Amino acid sequence: MTTIVNPKEKEEMLSKAAVQGRSLWDDARIRLFRNKAAVTSMIILGILVVLAILGQLGVWVHDYDTIYRDRVSQPPTWENLHLLGTDAQGRDLLARTLVGLGVSLMVGIVATVVSLLIGVTWGAIAGFVGGRTDQLMMRFVDILYSLPFIFFVIILMVVFGRNIILIFVAIGAVEWLTMARIVRGQTLALKGMEFVEAAEAAGVSQWMIIRRHIIPNVLGPVVVYVTLMIPVVILAESFLSFLGLGVQEPLTSLGRLISTGAQDMEVAPWTLIVPAVTMMVTLFCLNFIGDGLRDAIDPKDR
Amino acid sequence: MFAFVLRRLLVAIPTIIVITAVAFFMMKVAPGGPFDLERPMPEEIRERLLAEYGLDQPVWKQYIDYMAGLVQGDFGPSLKFLDKDVAELIGEGLPVSLMIGALAMLVAVVLGTFLGAIAALRQNTSGDFAVMSFAMIGVSIPPLVMGPILALVLGVYMGIFPTGGLNFSRYGLSVLVLPVITLALPQIAIIARLMRASMIEVIRSNYIRTARAKGLSASAVIVRHALRAAVLPLVSYLGPASAAVISGSLVIERVFQLPGMGAYFVDAALQRDYTLVMGVVVVYATLIIVLNLIADLIYSVLNPRVSYDS
Repeated sequence: MTTIVNPKEKEEMLSKAAVQGRSLWDDARIRLFRNKAAVTSMIILGILVVLAILGQLGVWVHDYDTIYRDRVSQPPTWENLHLLGTDAQGRDLLARTLVGLGVSLMVGIVATVVSLLIGVTWGAIAGFVGGRTDQLMMRFVDILYSLPFIFFVIILMVVFGRNIILIFVAIGAVEWLTMARIVRGQTLALKGMEFVEAAEAAGVSQWMIIRRHIIPNVLGPVVVYVTLMIPVVILAESFLSFLGLGVQEPLTSLGRLISTGAQDMEVAPWTLIVPAVTMMVTLFCLNFIGDGLRDAIDPKDR
Repeated sequence: MFAFVLRRLLVAIPTIIVITAVAFFMMKVAPGGPFDLERPMPEEIRERLLAEYGLDQPVWKQYIDYMAGLVQGDFGPSLKFLDKDVAELIGEGLPVSLMIGALAMLVAVVLGTFLGAIAALRQNTSGDFAVMSFAMIGVSIPPLVMGPILALVLGVYMGIFPTGGLNFSRYGLSVLVLPVITLALPQIAIIARLMRASMIEVIRSNYIRTARAKGLSASAVIVRHALRAAVLPLVSYLGPASAAVISGSLVIERVFQLPGMGAYFVDAALQRDYTLVMGVVVVYATLIIVLNLIADLIYSVLNPRVSYDS
């Protein structure tokens, strides 16, 4: 039995169906929220971010740089509200860990944005222009890939002193290579796709093609890579801090806290355990969210 | 193949020149010098010292002099360790770093491949889940966290392994255990993940189905057909992995107080020991370039579809 629809109604139904259609991103969101590990990680990370912001604002009863000379290396205690103890100089470890977490997260985000900007621009130009330019630009990336970059970052830190802005730029400038490769590969592949050709044939303007077809399709892998890059950047910063080249005292970061904790671990193990666990939890969450996003946006890998 | 190696070596030379130039001029831009002590020395003596080491020359001349020495294998004298050559210092530190690094790579490749293959063959079982959880831990816990924690738990609390130094005569080979594990762990994790992904793809492919269909035993299919194809992506990871192990060794040598080469580097840079910094950069850059080349060659041997002679 067929239902007879008059043309007007049909049009209405069609437009309704179009509105109800789910985009790639809706699907991805649904898949992501079904992933328990990713959702749990998002909640925990959210709590950590709020705590870090509170730590930066200094709402806790202790300041991160107040030195209590009579309370050196105290284990976690309710007394004076040193809930996570004090360090070898008599500073409250909870306050310091929160400030350190804030600095680490901030470095992670800012340096990732820096590398995102460089990498996307570089990769997009190489992929879009193609030909000789592409060859040259990607050869340059290849060469940079094989360099012992960490040495340059270390020399850079030594040359310009320990400046937090410089840490952002230095780490971002090192980590953009993979991003450039991903974006370039994706752009190159998309440029040859039939739907782009079809759009060109239909007379869609170049800018519209970029906006409507290229960017949404490149976005997926870029988003995934960005989430997975934040932990890498946090690691890079903590690596520098560990070697004594990161942020300067009394300001601190997780890497720096771990480094001093490692020196005092035999007398005051909590000064190592607290920042180490904080860092582990943060990195776990970021990695789980990144993996979840990857599975959600690009489900064929599962 | 020969032409490929030759071409790569020819590219390596300008790369090294660029690396040394950048490192050299960056060090020179840095404020301060090797003879700025806490108690300033008389100007006369300082000038004599600078002249002695050729540091009163213009920077470009210093660079040319340095490169001329380098070509002849002369790394120059250390500016801080008096009466020692940089070559001597590297000769002392490099074997330690190489030993730890090579052992860590070996452990990582063997264990990572094995774990990844197991996980892929038992996909979505508890074994797979265990391996992947372990890999997640390995990726999320960097050496600078893992090192001190292992030293604290296994070294200080349980007293199983020594926590620092390289005293073979007193502790035997057990001094190597903690540094090697710490350095290898992230690489085991990454390799296991790569291996699992590529193995899953391979065992779903048609030629594996064919091999099974013609009645080969399961072990023959896996060892002779699947593994060979599945390790290919790993080989191209060996280059980046060795770079990661080298930068990891900077941390390991500090955590476990090993007298390796990385231990010099940061202090040398902070104290403006120009020649020592340059020496370490040159050696590590060469090492990374050579390891990348070897990885590419292994890749072409394992994968006959890749031809480098264009």
